[in-house]
Amino acid sequence: MSIKKPELRAVDSPNQPITQDAHEAADDARVGWEHFQQLMEEDKRVEPRDWMPEQYRKTLVRQVSQHAHSEIIGMQPEGNWISRAPSLKRKSVLMAKVQDEAGHGLYLYSAAETLGTSRDEMYQQLYTGKAKYSSIFNYPARTWADVGAIGWLVDGAAITNQVPLCRASYGPYGRAMVRVCKEESFHQRQGWEILYTLSHGTEEQKQMAQDAVDRTYGPALQMFGPPDGDSPNSQQSMAWNIKRFSNDDLRQRFVDMIVPQAEALGLTLPDPELKWNEERGHYDYADLDWDEFFSVVKGNGPLNHQRLAHYRAARDNGAWVREAAAAYAAKQADATRGSALLSA
Amino acid sequence: MAQTDSNASADEVPEGGVVTEDPADHSVWPLWEVFVRSSRGLSHVHAGSLHAPDAAMALRNARDLYTRRNEGTSIWVIPAAQVVASDPDSKGGYFESAKGKAYRHATYYTQSEGVPHL
Ligand SMILES: [Fe+2]
Ligand SMILES: [Fe+2]
Repeated sequence: MSIKKPELRAVDSPNQPITQDAHEAADDARVGWEHFQQLMEEDKRVEPRDWMPEQYRKTLVRQVSQHAHSEIIGMQPEGNWISRAPSLKRKSVLMAKVQDEAGHGLYLYSAAETLGTSRDEMYQQLYTGKAKYSSIFNYPARTWADVGAIGWLVDGAAITNQVPLCRASYGPYGRAMVRVCKEESFHQRQGWEILYTLSHGTEEQKQMAQDAVDRTYGPALQMFGPPDGDSPNSQQSMAWNIKRFSNDDLRQRFVDMIVPQAEALGLTLPDPELKWNEERGHYDYADLDWDEFFSVVKGNGPLNHQRLAHYRAARDNGAWVREAAAAYAAKQADATRGSALLSA
Repeated sequence: MAQTDSNASADEVPEGGVVTEDPADHSVWPLWEVFVRSSRGLSHVHAGSLHAPDAAMALRNARDLYTRRNEGTSIWVIPAAQVVASDPDSKGGYFESAKGKAYRHATYYTQSEGVPHL
């Protein structure tokens, strides 16, 4: 395992007198470190109040809060279609799905918060653009068929990524993921069904479904992150039992799953090199456009600006509601205190 | 997937997050722990946490966040700051007295093996 030793600078530093406190702190760190190592080796869970290496904590805060931000921003492409859904049934389904995504964001923020970063700080990081979220949500949902393609491919990729995260070594993260995964399966199926209905409709509708799949396929495959060779943090995350499979392994698993699903839809996946490799027992697929990926990550996707602007506007416009609720709570609390005094 | 929220035991409860809020400062919504009774006859089990300005809003938000699929027939919300937890560092010592007392379990008594209904 390539885990770094805990920093014991208080003791190591030559110019500092070694105080009783420093001794105790170093002792605590050593005991904590050994306990943490043991948990990793036995593949057991770390809970919020356990000692953990600073880097483990930081990695998790970053990953879990980014995941939460993705759920929140991820409501936008589909939320945009709620008022234009083709039927009341489709509208109800879409509302339920988007509401679930808000819930996923909240479960994940709660999990991240147990690591010592406050909710407001995380909201602030997203608001100021300091935080990242999944690049896929910087693409537009142009037609109703995109709502189908998002459910099938984007939620599908998310599920493939999230199922192993249910066993992540950090307890609250794993528990949040269990809850999320239970809810996700309907998301993927409803998306697939939208595409199925379209692909069995008129020629025009079928073409609309095909176009949406053509647009979504590449970016959905990129949701697993850069190729293993370009993913420097993956190894550490795997050593810490946060990540269980490499980016490329998960991507391969996803490709293998969606090929027969696309066939059942009567649609094609936009990759001429896609074919079964008997020897590997997997589908081969073409390299993805990683220049585009990194450009979107850097902020140059079609809608990076709009997504963030919309988030900020929603937060700004809701400020008076949060303030009113807080003021009401304060007033009620004062009234309770007042009557308690009177009756005393 | 051994761990789910629905079978988390009560002693895992106070993961509470950071309770940095000053209870008198209402501009930051406090953190609440949510417990859900999934059906009659079962006890309330920790489902998760949320932020809300007061108890009534915490209950409503808990309903919307944790029971969208009929997961509950009753909800408790408790200010996270009010949860009193055992110290995780004293784990060994604190629970020591239960260890080494196998005679508190029925499996300790083996003489009766093969005797019916015992
Ligand atoms: Fe989600
Ligand atoms: Fe989803």
